[in-house]
Amino acid sequence: MEQRVIEAEHIVKKFGNFAAVDDISFYVEKGEIFGFLGANGAGKTTAMRMFCGLSRPSSGKGMVAGLDIWSASEKIKSRIGYMSQKFSLYSDLTVGENIRLFGGIYGLDEERMKKSGDMLLKKLDMYGEKDVLVKSLPLGWKQKLAFSVSVIHDPEIVFLDEPTGGVDPVARRQFWELIYEAAGRGITVFVTTHYMDEAEYCDRVSIMVAGKIVALDTPANLKKSYGVNAMNDVFTIIARNAGRNE
Amino acid sequence: MVIKYLLEKEFKQFFRSPILPKIVFAYPLLVLLIFPWVTNFNVEDMKVSVVDKDMSEVSRRFIRKVDNSKYFQLYNVRNNYGEALKDIEKGNADVILELPRGFGNDLETSGNPEALVAVNSVNEIKGSLGTGYLSAMLNGFVSGNAKGYGMNMYNPCKDYKLYMIPAIMVMILIILCGFIPALNIVNEKETGTMEQINVTPVSRFSFILAKLIPFWIMGLVSLTIGILISVLVYGMVPQGSFLTIYLGAMLFVFLVSGIGLVISNKASTMPQALFMMFFVVMIFVLMSGLFTPVSSMPLWARCFSYLVPPRYLIDIMRSVYIRGSGIADNSFNFSMLFLFTVLINIWAVLSYRKRT
Repeated sequence: MEQRVIEAEHIVKKFGNFAAVDDISFYVEKGEIFGFLGANGAGKTTAMRMFCGLSRPSSGKGMVAGLDIWSASEKIKSRIGYMSQKFSLYSDLTVGENIRLFGGIYGLDEERMKKSGDMLLKKLDMYGEKDVLVKSLPLGWKQKLAFSVSVIHDPEIVFLDEPTGGVDPVARRQFWELIYEAAGRGITVFVTTHYMDEAEYCDRVSIMVAGKIVALDTPANLKKSYGVNAMNDVFTIIARNAGRNE
Repeated sequence: MVIKYLLEKEFKQFFRSPILPKIVFAYPLLVLLIFPWVTNFNVEDMKVSVVDKDMSEVSRRFIRKVDNSKYFQLYNVRNNYGEALKDIEKGNADVILELPRGFGNDLETSGNPEALVAVNSVNEIKGSLGTGYLSAMLNGFVSGNAKGYGMNMYNPCKDYKLYMIPAIMVMILIILCGFIPALNIVNEKETGTMEQINVTPVSRFSFILAKLIPFWIMGLVSLTIGILISVLVYGMVPQGSFLTIYLGAMLFVFLVSGIGLVISNKASTMPQALFMMFFVVMIFVLMSGLFTPVSSMPLWARCFSYLVPPRYLIDIMRSVYIRGSGIADNSFNFSMLFLFTVLINIWAVLSYRKRT
């Protein structure tokens, strides 16, 4: 059981009568790259926000990093990283200052902060941009920086909400290298995306339709059971079926 | 300590902002150089249309006296009341002074002459002051010398500026330390950084405190600028101690910025926050006795004004500036300020939700 970083049982989130997340159950194992797929409005972000302690489920049970999402949501926050859809570092602070701020917030001491800050800058090849205001960086760089800052405290799991939206293919490629690198350090990655080529990079993927998880397996198994060659086709078939049911 | 990093962030953002550091200096400067001149209820140079039916030496002397005073100015001498009334209707004159036939004679025989004073009271203040001034002048004229019996305590020249400036300083604090924090958090909500903070283990208390401290300093700086201007430009030095002023201001700044934070926690967009803040500021300005004395409000409004915190600081400021009161004389005001500061800031911390 310790090997499971997320355990969700019958999680529901209702807004009025509308169930944005409608009874989902799944688990994520330690060190996995877990792809959380679904069309726009399928409930991915809503589900993710519950695991990050940003919103409270209407019902259901859940554990994140070994802690209960109902009773220990504040404790969970020091063990997770999060990168939202919207770019969300402080644009009027410099690269170095953002690293320092979030390092400080996560309780890194000065020495460790300096070390991991320098490492991070070197890894991103942004050492020269340390004193540049974040708002003047190109989007692809910003996203890479935001990701690196979100794992600066070596969390058990990092949640990425459409991290590569609006980024060019080369930058996306580099971004996934960073994800692999983080996974190699033992950080579990929970990522939502619309890009089906990215889904292929994941260890396992789930596909959400109208608040429910309708498929969950490794990309290879999913392709086999749907009898197609690409995740793109799997997604299209599932989305078409969903359309027919309505 | 997390608060150290949060404070670093707030101060850097403050000094990097294109307008905030300038506002702290420019706002008190501008407001204190302009407002004391326009928020002035003293009435001067009212235009008088005179109907002199007496045509005596005495009546002419009185008319000259009226014309020479700084409150009145002779507009015209008319033959009858109807013509004079036309002057008022056209807006050329504010007051009609009718001296009946026998005005001079009455003065010499009975010493009790009568005159008619009719004032355009569309502007109530101008109206009542005009009647008052003119009657007083007539009384002075009758008794031969303009001896007054009233004594104006503490503000001998009844200078309205002396009354308004301490209150205007309070208004500066309301605007600077209430509005800006309100917009600050909402801005973080809109840019998405708020959500990023909300997924971190930062405690609500340290986040709010880090927001408050810069505004606290900013408020005290602009108050100091305000005090300097009032000394240099208006020659106004508080009769009481600076300690009392600053102590009150420190409490008050915490209070209004707390209100700003509550609003920004409740609002999700800038326009929402702005409207709420306007609403609050409107009540603060009109109900706190800033322009119109609380004592002249109806009973229900006087009761309500106890819920309007600026009232206490305005009271403190005026009494320190004009009468030289100390902390002990203002113990009620200080306790009420303290109470509101604590309550509002508890509300600010509680209304900040990291989870929806």
